[in-house]
Formats: sequence, C-alpha cells, structure tokens
Amino acid sequence: MDERTREFARRARAEGLVDVAYTETDSPVGRLLLAATPRGLVRVAFEREQRDELLEELAERLSPRVLEVPGELDEVRRELDEYFEGRRLEFDLPLDWSLTRGEFRRRILERTARIPYGETASYREVATAVGNERAVRAAGTALGANPIPIVVPCHRVLRTGGALGGYGGGLDAKRYLLDLESGRPRMA
Amino acid sequence: MPSVRSTDVKLPPFQQLLERHAAELLRFLVASVGQVDAEDAFQETFLSALRAYPKLRDASNLRAWLFQIAHRKALDVHRGRARRPLPVEELPEVATGGGETTGEPELWRAVRRLPDKQRTAVFMRFAADLDYAQVGAALECSEPAARQNVRAGLATIRKGWASG
Repeated sequence: MDERTREFARRARAEGLVDVAYTETDSPVGRLLLAATPRGLVRVAFEREQRDELLEELAERLSPRVLEVPGELDEVRRELDEYFEGRRLEFDLPLDWSLTRGEFRRRILERTARIPYGETASYREVATAVGNERAVRAAGTALGANPIPIVVPCHRVLRTGGALGGYGGGLDAKRYLLDLESGRPRMA
Repeated sequence: MPSVRSTDVKLPPFQQLLERHAAELLRFLVASVGQVDAEDAFQETFLSALRAYPKLRDASNLRAWLFQIAHRKALDVHRGRARRPLPVEELPEVATGGGETTGEPELWRAVRRLPDKQRTAVFMRFAADLDYAQVGAALECSEPAARQNVRAGLATIRKGWASG
C-alpha cells in the first residue's frame, strides 16, 4: 500500500464507509486473508484460494464496499500471532456468521468453536452434539464450508478412528495446527 | 450494513476499482488542478465514490463513473480558484532558480485556461488516455460531442501557441 491508498483507507474507515475490511498476513500455514465487518471477523482464507475471487465473493454476499484496511484487523492479527507462538489457547474475537448458510451449519460450527485447544472430536460426535447423529456427512460439509478456519477450529474435527479427514487449507496445514496444539515438535 | 442489497447490479469489490483506476485518475487530476490540489481531489473523488457505490444502479461503465466524479471535484477546485483571486499557480511561469520548478508541461497550464468542458475533455483524452467514448460517458455527452470538445480545445491552444 502506498501513502495515498493508506490515507484513503484511513479516511474511509473514519467515515464509516467500509463494510468489509480485509488484510493479508503471513503465518506458519501460509499467507492468510482476513476479513471483518463492523460485527466481527467474517472470513479467514488460506493462500490456495484466489484473492480476487475471495474479494468478489465478499462483495457479492456482504457488500461491495470491500477495502484493504489493515488497521481494522490489528486485533485479529495479534491474536493469531499469539496462537501460532503457542501463547494463546483460545480466541477472544467477535465473529460475524453472515457467510454461513443455514441454521444446521451454524450450529455445527458453533459447537466446533467449543472444542478445547489440544483436543479433537469426530465428525459423528459433532453431529451428535447438535442433535443429529446421522448427519455426519452434512456435518463434514458444514465444516468444509467453514468461513473462519483456525479461529473456528474445524481442524480439531477428525474421522472416527483418528484419520485426518479433509481440510480447506490442505492436510499439511491441518497436521501443523494439530501438532502445534499437542505441543509436539513441528515441521515447518 | 444492509444485509440485503438494494440493487441487483453485480458490483465488483471497491478495492478493485481503487487498484485499477487510481493511477489514471490521479494523472487526470494532477494535469487538471496541479499536484498539490490533486491529492485532496483524489481523496475526495474516491470517498464520494465509496459513499455512493452500494446504490449504484449501473455497473457497466465504472471507469467513466469514476471520471465523472473526478471531473466534478476538479471543477470545484477550478471554481474555488476563480473565487479567490490568488493565482499562485500562474506565478512561476518563469523558472525560479535552476530549471524545472513544477515538473509539469507548460502546455498543460495553457489547457487549464480552456473552458470547463474542453479542458476536461483534453485532460481525459491525453492525461488519462481515455478514448472518446469514455470521455463522452464521463462528461455525460455523446462521443462526437466529446471529440468536438477536444478538437476545439486543441485549436484554441494552437492559436495561443502560435501567437504567443
């Protein structure tokens, strides 16, 4: 960002004209795109997703007033940094669930958000916890569509028996996060 | 934030407009009002655009829409100067000290003395490199009218150049 666009972002933010603020940040699991609305963190995306497509999705589903405003995500970045340094066991951030369609999916994700650091659950357990033990596949779909990974820790959900299952950020990222939380030495 | 959009036009993320058009809008504004006022006009242009953006009903020519806004901001600057008889911009016509003072072609200063529409059309065409269809869209006139404004503006300057 040059000085001119930084100044524009600052003024747009001061006037309350930014509906979706985003920034990009480096992490041990690759570059992340973070987006927030005035309600809270709405999207965390891994590098393998195209930036332009992500921004278009945000524009279409939330508001076209999407702007790069790093300052709006300082707190999110700080908590993520602490998490990756092993100094933060839970996130204390307001979340905006606007990108999650349907009540079932939202309940799955909210339940997932309560799985403690360092622990895991199976897809079946999560489905059962929201009252539908037969909806294992739907639970997997809900988790696969998690718009706020890492912060909503869908990486803590595994197949029955402990196989990794899937992960939007790639299985290496999932393994990295689980290792990080287990306190085992990690591979970069 | 409206949860349901008021129009069904598909608008790209504003960030994309900023990235695609900031440079050419700045060139237009610098040519039009000079480096110092251009910075303010640039901010005002994009703030106005961002304010109006979600209610925009037609996304088919966002570039012309932005230039339309920039054009109005440039007009504000010109009118402000006309009210204040403080022709600072005109003073260092002769270089003070060594060589270039403002770094802008003297020709552009001649363009700035043209009538509003001609001036704007010339700058859009030559400083921002818009084609005549885009100039017309930004000035809310036809393509031939845009072409005619540029032609008339250039003719005036050529006359001034020849006699000056």
